[in-house]
Amino acid sequence: MSRRAQGVAGAAVLALLVLLPLFLGSYAITLFIFIFFYAFLGQAWNVVGGYAGQLSAGHAAFVGVGAYTSAVLSMQVGLTPWVGMFVGGAVSAALGAVIGYLGFRFGLRGFYFVLLTVAFAEICRVVALNTDAVGGALGLYITFTGNPRQFQFQDNRAYYYVALAMMLLATGVAAWIERHRFGAYLAAIRDDEAASEALGVDAFKYKMLAMTISSFLTGLGGTFYAFYLFSLQPNAVFGIPLSVEIIIRPIVGGAGTLLGPILGSFILSPLAELSRAYLQGSGWSGAHLILYGVLLVAVVLFLPQGAYPYLARRLGWTDHAR
Amino acid sequence: MPADREPVLAVTGLSKRFGGLQAVRGVTFDLGPGEVLGLIGPNGAGKTTAFNLISGFLVPDAGDIRLDGHRLVGKKPHEVCRLGLGRTFQIVRPFPRMSVLDNVKIGALGRLPAIGAARERARAIVVEVGLETKMHAPAGGLTLAERKRLELARALATGPRLLLLDEVMAGLNPTETAAIVDLIRAINRSGVAILLIEHNMRAVMSLSHRIVALSFGEKIAEGPPAEVASHPKVVEAYLGEAYVHAPPA
Repeated sequence: MSRRAQGVAGAAVLALLVLLPLFLGSYAITLFIFIFFYAFLGQAWNVVGGYAGQLSAGHAAFVGVGAYTSAVLSMQVGLTPWVGMFVGGAVSAALGAVIGYLGFRFGLRGFYFVLLTVAFAEICRVVALNTDAVGGALGLYITFTGNPRQFQFQDNRAYYYVALAMMLLATGVAAWIERHRFGAYLAAIRDDEAASEALGVDAFKYKMLAMTISSFLTGLGGTFYAFYLFSLQPNAVFGIPLSVEIIIRPIVGGAGTLLGPILGSFILSPLAELSRAYLQGSGWSGAHLILYGVLLVAVVLFLPQGAYPYLARRLGWTDHAR
Repeated sequence: MPADREPVLAVTGLSKRFGGLQAVRGVTFDLGPGEVLGLIGPNGAGKTTAFNLISGFLVPDAGDIRLDGHRLVGKKPHEVCRLGLGRTFQIVRPFPRMSVLDNVKIGALGRLPAIGAARERARAIVVEVGLETKMHAPAGGLTLAERKRLELARALATGPRLLLLDEVMAGLNPTETAAIVDLIRAINRSGVAILLIEHNMRAVMSLSHRIVALSFGEKIAEGPPAEVASHPKVVEAYLGEAYVHAPPA
């Protein structure tokens, strides 16, 4: 597909997504909100986990920090979540920079970096659980006002558009990275860090940048989470299950590709939601996790690069605009 | 090397110890502009360690390294590269999932931050090293000879004043070796100084203006190729003491 054709196709899909809520029922809209939101989180993770190849398995930490920051600011000082969102993103970015510094400066690679990121998410969870000022184990509950200034909407469709906008924002950031030196350097670091350094790439700097951008974006997602669900509990927002939800979509869809996280979310989010709705109803709660496991094994075995690169090859698309 | 010209590379008293092994001991040499210097020595003589020290992958215990007068000790590999030193690895390390062109582009991006300009520069270098038919092929699928060329092309793309080549001929057949010797000569003629580790004696003798021989981490000889090759200490290092004192056959 030519670049022009890609542009036309992209615009058509976008127009469809913008018009879709006019024709959808409330449940379908909720489903799309999940798809967009997890695509957003997956894309945010993709910056460091996909493009830079630094496997963070603790991205829930940034969702949680972002969520708690904007919720506390809103409840204690009355700061609108629209601003609190970016404060939360900044605090998450700071945490991401600390984790990145520890991991990248001291050469923690592969599994060790995975463990470092999980450890930090767990530390956040335990701290939140034991801090009464943020509600301890009960967490925080946000009173529903339906006031848009409070990031709350009577109409579910508003959340649909906010989630869609966030997904497009993260995808725009990823697309920018992919088309510039930053992205080329991240790919080089991912493939062979020592070789990239011999060619003049400051691997530490670029990994730090990727980690900070990724954690900032993920932190923005925290505010959406808190003010869409009106509540946040430490085990939910900092827990390993959420980190897994964040990672699994880009991996299934294609880590380090622009459309991978989105495709992954379109595959997995409905699957998770439907299996939760139907299997849980018939006493099979948690069965969606088994589905995840099976799907993950299948992807690793048959599509190690993810679904998107496979699809692009089959359809004869050139993924390389570079 | 004419004495009135500043050396491109000046190594003084370079030392590095790994636990109980003194890998490099007080090695001193320099390299003039446009010069090709061969670094020879038996396995374990400390040649690759010297390369890693010069290119910033290892920090020396003692000694000074200067590139065009800039002190390299304590600088990281990417900083050393930006100062004008390109290197290849003994075990080639292409970015396997990238095309040949994209591999070379990574090197070019240091001096040409815009993707388009870097790609054009990379394209020219890919042609220069004779890989134009593999321009868009993934680097992971290249033959060894092609990978060695790619390794050279990437280092060249960083715009170096000095190239460190670590056994770029190892594993190549005579035809491939002759071709890469020609390529290195052409690169040198374009004004790039070259420090060469090589076990292929015929190639290193024909390419080098001067040769430095190392054994057990120490410099044992230095001079024109023919002189170093017949130096008793060099013969001894390669063939053993008995050979030096043996009566001519």
